[in-house]
Amino acid sequence: MILPGWRKLSPGAVLRESGNAVQHRTGAWRAHRPVVAMTNCTHCMLCWLFCPDGSIETAEGRFLGIDLEHCKGCGICVVECPRNAIKLVPEVESAAGETR
Amino acid sequence: MIQTARDREVVGQYEGLLRALTGARAVAEAMRQVNPDVVAAYPITPSTPIVEAFSSMVANGQVDTEFVAVESEHSALSACIGAAAAGARAQTVTSSQGLALMWELMYVAAGLRLPIVLHCVNRALSAPLNIHCDHSDTMGVRDSGWIQLYAANPQEAYDHALLSGRVAEQPDVLLPVLHSQDGYAVSHSTERVELLPDDTVRAFIGQHQPNYSLLDTQHPITVGAITGPDYYFEVKRQTVEAMDRASDVIPRVLQEFGELSGRRYRMVEAEALDDADVAIVALGSSAGTIRSVVRNLRRHGPKVGLLQLRVYRPFPAQEVARALRGCKAVGVLDRSISYGAPRNPVCMDVLGSLPRGDGGPTVVGYTYGLGGRELLPQHVMGVFADLFRVAESGPWAQQLRYVGLRE
Repeated sequence: MILPGWRKLSPGAVLRESGNAVQHRTGAWRAHRPVVAMTNCTHCMLCWLFCPDGSIETAEGRFLGIDLEHCKGCGICVVECPRNAIKLVPEVESAAGETR
Repeated sequence: MIQTARDREVVGQYEGLLRALTGARAVAEAMRQVNPDVVAAYPITPSTPIVEAFSSMVANGQVDTEFVAVESEHSALSACIGAAAAGARAQTVTSSQGLALMWELMYVAAGLRLPIVLHCVNRALSAPLNIHCDHSDTMGVRDSGWIQLYAANPQEAYDHALLSGRVAEQPDVLLPVLHSQDGYAVSHSTERVELLPDDTVRAFIGQHQPNYSLLDTQHPITVGAITGPDYYFEVKRQTVEAMDRASDVIPRVLQEFGELSGRRYRMVEAEALDDADVAIVALGSSAGTIRSVVRNLRRHGPKVGLLQLRVYRPFPAQEVARALRGCKAVGVLDRSISYGAPRNPVCMDVLGSLPRGDGGPTVVGYTYGLGGRELLPQHVMGVFADLFRVAESGPWAQQLRYVGLRE
């Protein structure tokens, strides 16, 4: 992707489009990834509630997965899960993309 | 600065608006006429009379300004930034430590390209504690991206207070403006000031057309978003462009103001430089002292001159180079020190503006007036004497460096 030159920017770098934070792939910062043991998951949604980056994917009130484009691996979901269903594994050790 | 018969006519129209005002009171009067949307300010000597006078005007209903009595200067500039981002005309007032407390926000205001006006009354920075005039406060923010003007007397303080907002809001510029007057020497000295009529000021200032506004719900925006290494540099480059544009915009605004008021200001004011052998470059109230010495000395022959800098940022490099090219020696008077630097601030900028190579003047820096130490006519004559020696035989070992200092 070719980034715009300085002449194309709005004065003061004011952003005129909304919700473009989703384009910022903060998942690249991650050193540890949450992995959920689905046998223990009761779909209480507390991980979703506490995730500071909105990176818990859900569907019809049930846990679906982790948004790896934006999950920073902070581990708050691990601490908050009342079933201890989530553990953090180092990125380098886990198989690519595995969150369950 | 009154140059033509037409100017005299224009000035004559305003005879009824002559006042005896201090520099501070004159700025408050300008603020009344501008009627900014928001003024968030915190008092600090010697800028307090501006805030006091203006808050009386607010209390008396003479302005519509929302006056926010904040808890510190940091909050003052923060509030102005918030207000300006919401599309308001915002102004504040401070000096010295207050300006220093605003330091981080100076860069924010310029980076966000908000046309805020800061009326500064120059006062020395602690330590040691000193409430009197020098330029250490405003020189400390010279890299922040604010336009800087320096007034030499209450009339200029009033005029610059009007010019500042107009320059800041120009679409090609959109930079905050810091306009200064010397503490006590200008702020607390009563002089003859000609005011412009209220409706002339209103027409000159015009309606505020903010570049963006947080209150514009039809066009929602994000102000102050984070950038990574992939964008910061480009945003700053854009700010450089705005400051460069200001070099073209300011003379146009000054010309328009000249036609309205009869006072034809330029970015730099040359006194007797056409044939001067030696010259002093200065800004602030000392320019007035030096001008009177120049006029006196010229009656007796010595070819001395003065270059007063009205605009310090953007630095009027071309005008300075042009004005000084015929001189043999130039003394730059700095009312602040840049510790550890090869020269003090204004001297560095003058040196950077002159073309390299032979034929140009020898430039010598002098430090003066720190902490309110007065620059008297005899000091100025001493500097000129020094410069004549430099002109003849180059910089010399026992040369004057600190004017008025007890060795």
